[in-house]
Amino acid sequence: MLPNSTSQVSKNDMSQHDEPQRNLRTHAIDPDIIRKSSSRVELDNEKICIEVKNFSFFYGNNQALKTINLKIPEKRVTAFIGPSGCGKSTLLRCFNRMNDLIDNIRVEGEITLHGENILAKSINVSELRRRVGMVFQKPNPFPKTIFENVAYGLRIHGIKSRKVLEEVVEKSLHSAALWDEVKDRLDADAMGLSGGQQQRLVIARAIAIEPEVLLLDEPASALDPISTLKIEELIYELKSRYTIVIVTHNMQQAARVSDYTAYMYIGELIEFNDTSTLFTKPWQKMTEDYITGRHG
Amino acid sequence: MTSTSQHISKQFDNELENIRSLVLAMGGLVEQQLTASINALVESDLETAENIIKTEYNVNQFEVSIDEECIRILAKRQPTAVDLRLIMAIIKTITDLERIGDEAEKIAKMAILLAEKQAPKAYYIGLKAMGTLVNQMVHDALDAFARMDSRAALHVASKEPQSNDQYGALLRQLITYMMEDPRNITSSMDVVWIARAMERIGDHARNICEYVIYFVEGKDVRHISIEQMEKEVNS
Repeated sequence: MLPNSTSQVSKNDMSQHDEPQRNLRTHAIDPDIIRKSSSRVELDNEKICIEVKNFSFFYGNNQALKTINLKIPEKRVTAFIGPSGCGKSTLLRCFNRMNDLIDNIRVEGEITLHGENILAKSINVSELRRRVGMVFQKPNPFPKTIFENVAYGLRIHGIKSRKVLEEVVEKSLHSAALWDEVKDRLDADAMGLSGGQQQRLVIARAIAIEPEVLLLDEPASALDPISTLKIEELIYELKSRYTIVIVTHNMQQAARVSDYTAYMYIGELIEFNDTSTLFTKPWQKMTEDYITGRHG
Repeated sequence: MTSTSQHISKQFDNELENIRSLVLAMGGLVEQQLTASINALVESDLETAENIIKTEYNVNQFEVSIDEECIRILAKRQPTAVDLRLIMAIIKTITDLERIGDEAEKIAKMAILLAEKQAPKAYYIGLKAMGTLVNQMVHDALDAFARMDSRAALHVASKEPQSNDQYGALLRQLITYMMEDPRNITSSMDVVWIARAMERIGDHARNICEYVIYFVEGKDVRHISIEQMEKEVNS
């Protein structure tokens, strides 16, 4: 169980600063419901990797995330689902401070990675992004060879030994289930790979630098069904070594790959639950309506 | 239905509604067969009994086509949560309905046998009360299903021990008959089979109620006592 005290704060916080923002969108979500839902899931047997505490996020005057409280367990797959604009990608991008690149944003609250506040000014953002890797919707290999794509992060970190690089590249490509398909053409241009292969290459590039967390933002939405299944299989393989957080519009995909699922709606966390409960007997009517295709 | 709001896909709503009506139609038919079989038994009505046996395959047809429809929905829609529970509850309910249909056919067959043997009515008049009880249970279970009412379902399920008790009492009575005069054994055994069929019908009605509770509450209440069931439904 999440400590009740934190959730209590969330409720109070919400009433203090949330009201003016609510006028921007017409909806009424009882904060009490949200407090209950996110504090009911059992995480006693999990180590917590990322903890989001009373976290709010603003694009200018527009509040995109409203006092989110969430714990992401280590070496598990956590999926964020919700309709477009619900803030799931925004939240994901806070985990490696990708949103720093956007002007006129403001945050409140805390996000900790193994207890350390990653929003603190003292945090070295490059180092944070090494620890928290990210893969996007569209595969974005560099216009370099397959080998150099995977070796890129290591070179940035000053590793020059050809032997070390070769070892890590092979290991990463193996982990990304791509090695057998590309081992004979490591010097070929990465742009010549298929979309699915490119996406696995990007994942290989992300894990080459041994991150702790992998953030996947719609990693399979631009891929065909077979490539999608390969990515999903890969996610399953990788979770023994990495904490994975995935944003997906494909609910069946969330149901297939994740251990925990968070349902978000217009900036609020409506339900955080273990995936099998969420897809068979969700606690919230709103979650049920969304996953059964009744609204959203 | 617990979830009253409609799907964005109207087609999906239509498919679910269609399948629910099919289950209710099947339930109606089974109930009718059961009522008729009990009447045929106590009235020694051979014609009705034969008619039940002839039309039993209609129940089977229902089971097959509803099953097919459920499989189509699973493949096409990948239902989740309340929709998934509905499909699961339906798939299971129709299996029990089909079995009730089988048991009604058995009762009809035995009714013919007893009438032909001209067995003394005193032997099986005790079946009437048990028949009425399980018939009512089936009726109420289907009603709870139609309204998707977990409390009504619980109420019906809680009557199931009564049918067990009546079965036990009837057995003791028949054993007495058989001990009194071994020539009663054949007829008594026929009556035992009917009582057994009725007792099974009570079990099937309870099963249907358990699926209704599963659908509404999302809780699996199979293989637990009535008291535990009450706790689950009320919690």
